[in-house]
Amino acid sequence: MIREITYAQALNEALKEEMRRNEKVFMIGEDVALHGGTYGVSKELLEEFGDRRVKDTPISEAAIVGLGVGAALTGLRPVVEIMYIDFTTVAMDQIANQAAKLRCMSGGAVKISLVIRTQGGSGTGEAAQHTQSLESWFVHTPGLKVIMPSTPYDAKGLFKTAIRDDNPVVFIDHKLLFPQKGLVPEEEYLLPFGQADVKRKGDDLTLVATSLMVHRALEASRALEKQGVTVEVIDPRTLVPFDKQAIVNSLRKTGRLLIVHEACTRAGIGAEILREIIEEGFDYMDVPPKVLGGRNSPTPYATPLERVAVPQVKDIIDAATDMIGVKRMS
Amino acid sequence: MNEKSRRIEKDLFASMLLRMYRIRSLEKTVKQLYFQDLITGPLHLYIGEEAVAVGACSALEPTDYVVSTHRGHGHCIAKGGDLKKMMAELLGRETGYCKGRGGSMHLTDPKMGLLASSGIVGGGIPISLGAGFSSVYRKSRQVTLCFFGDGATNQGSFHESLNLAALWRLPIVFVCENNLYAITVSVAKSLPIKDIADRSISYGIPGKIVDGMDVVAVYQAVKEAVDRAREGKGPSLIECKTYRFEGHWVGDPIVYRTDEEVEKWKKRDPIIKFRKILLGKENFTEDELDNIKKQANQEIQEAVEFAKNSPFPNPKEVEKYVYYP
Repeated sequence: MIREITYAQALNEALKEEMRRNEKVFMIGEDVALHGGTYGVSKELLEEFGDRRVKDTPISEAAIVGLGVGAALTGLRPVVEIMYIDFTTVAMDQIANQAAKLRCMSGGAVKISLVIRTQGGSGTGEAAQHTQSLESWFVHTPGLKVIMPSTPYDAKGLFKTAIRDDNPVVFIDHKLLFPQKGLVPEEEYLLPFGQADVKRKGDDLTLVATSLMVHRALEASRALEKQGVTVEVIDPRTLVPFDKQAIVNSLRKTGRLLIVHEACTRAGIGAEILREIIEEGFDYMDVPPKVLGGRNSPTPYATPLERVAVPQVKDIIDAATDMIGVKRMS
Repeated sequence: MNEKSRRIEKDLFASMLLRMYRIRSLEKTVKQLYFQDLITGPLHLYIGEEAVAVGACSALEPTDYVVSTHRGHGHCIAKGGDLKKMMAELLGRETGYCKGRGGSMHLTDPKMGLLASSGIVGGGIPISLGAGFSSVYRKSRQVTLCFFGDGATNQGSFHESLNLAALWRLPIVFVCENNLYAITVSVAKSLPIKDIADRSISYGIPGKIVDGMDVVAVYQAVKEAVDRAREGKGPSLIECKTYRFEGHWVGDPIVYRTDEEVEKWKKRDPIIKFRKILLGKENFTEDELDNIKKQANQEIQEAVEFAKNSPFPNPKEVEKYVYYP
C-alpha cells in the first residue's frame, strides 16, 4: 500500500521502525523528546519508547555528539540530533576529529555506528547562522558518510540505512522539505548508499541537484519541456559514498552537465562533483560544464536578498537554456 | 586485617609497583628510541605521574572503561595493556595496537576497555559521557575513568561534559592530572582558581584533591568515587596534584620551569615513595622489589625486540580502515 506522507513523517516512521527493531537504537538532542523535535521528526517517540531511549539534552553540542561517539564505541546505536547544521561548529571536534577518525586511528579496532542528523538551508528569514548548507565540510572529512535526501521516499529508506550503518553518518535535511508530501510505501524498505536516483529522464542536459534544489530542478525541467528541451534530473542522494557512474552515464547521453546546489558556490559540493565527473566524462562534454550554487555570502535576512542568495527556478532555467544554446525564456 | 586480605593487598601492591616500573621503563626506553629515529612522531612522557594512572586504574574492574589522552602510555599500561603491541604501535608497525595508524597519542584497546585516546586536549571527555550513558542504558554497572590534564579543564568540552554527566548521573570518574603546565603555560597563568577540584561545585558533584605522587592515596580516592559511580550515585571529579619530570614532549627545551622546581618534585618520586611504604608497612623485601623492577625492564626489552622485528604496514592499505567494513 502506498500513501502520501510528509518528509518529517517519513523520518518519524523510520525512527520508530528502527527503534522497535533494535533495542540498541536511542536518540538524544535538543527538544527532541518532549517537543518531538523542532520539525516533528521525533514526535511520539518519547511516548512509545520512554525516557531511557529518547532524551532532551542541555544546549551542549559537543557533549551531544561526544556522548554519541562513546555510546557507539560501547555497542549502542545512537541517533544524535544537532538542531541546525550551523551548530555543528560547536561540536566540530567530536564530529571531525573523533567520530570520523577513531576507526582509522585505531587500525580498525573500533567502529562508530553513529547517526548525526541535522538540517540546513534558507528561505525562512532565519539569517546567516541558521540557514547554511555545510555538506562540503563533512564530505571533505574522510571517515564520515554524508546523506542528503530530497523526498519523503528517499528520506525514509536512507535514514533506515543510516541507522543500520556501522560508520558515522551525517544525515542532512533541508528545513523547507519537512512539510513536503510524497508517496511512501507502508511496507518496510531500505535504500542503499552510493546509488543516485534519476528523478526525471531526458536527453538534452544532465542536471545534478541536491536536496531542495532537486525540486527546483524538476520544476525548471517541466518548464523547459514546453520549449522542447528534455532535462535529465539526477539526485545523488548520498554525497559520500557518491554514485559517479550514474552521472557519467547520463553525460554520455546528453553531453551537457549542470550542477545545482544551495551551498555557496566557492568550494561547494558542485566543485567536487565536477572534479570527479571530469576525470571520466571529459570526452562526453559538448559544452563547458557549469556549477550553479548559492552566492558567496552569509545568508542575508531581508527577503529580496535571501531570495537571490540561492538558485531559484528561473536561475536554473536560464543556466540550462544558455548551455543548450536555445533562447532564454522570458 | 586477616591473612587472606593481607595476601590480596600484597598482590595488589605488587601489581601496582610492577605497572609503575613498566611505565617508567617504557617511557625511558621510548625516549632513547626517539633519538634513534625508530619513533618518528611526538612523545609525551608520563615519567613522574605513574601513581596517578596506576592508582586510578587499580580501582577498576577489568570490564570498566578508560578514556585517555595524548599522554596516555601510563593509562594503557595501568589498565593492563600489552607492552609488545604498545611498543610496536610507537614504532609504527603493523603489529601495533592500531596497526601503525595511530601512534603514541591514539592508543586504543577496546578488549581491555581503553576506548579512545584523544590528541585533542579535552576531546576525550565528551566521549566518556557515551561510555557512561551506555553502561546505564545496558544496566552493566561498568564505570568509566576519564583522564585529562589541567589544561583540558579550561576547554568547553570539559564543562559541557561535567554538566551532562552530573545531570544524568552517569557512572564516570573524572580524573584530572594537574601537572601544573599545559605545554608551557602554567596553571598560574591559565586558572583563576587554585584547585581544579573546586570546579566540581559548579556541577553539584563530589570533588577531591589527592596527592598525585602517592599511588595508595590515588587508589583510595578513585576507589571511593568508582564505588559511588557503580552504585548509581553519579560522577566525581578527582584532582591529582602531580608533576611530569620530563618536558611536555620529547625535545621540549623546557624554558618555562626552574631546575629547582623539578628537583623538588623529583624528591617525591612516586616509585621511590611507594617502595618505602612497601618495605616499611607492607613487609616486602628489597629483593622482591628489585625483582619486580627487573621483570618490568625485561618485559620492555622484549617488547622492543618484538617491535623492531615487526613489519611496517603496507602502503597499499593506506585507506583500509577509513570506513567499516
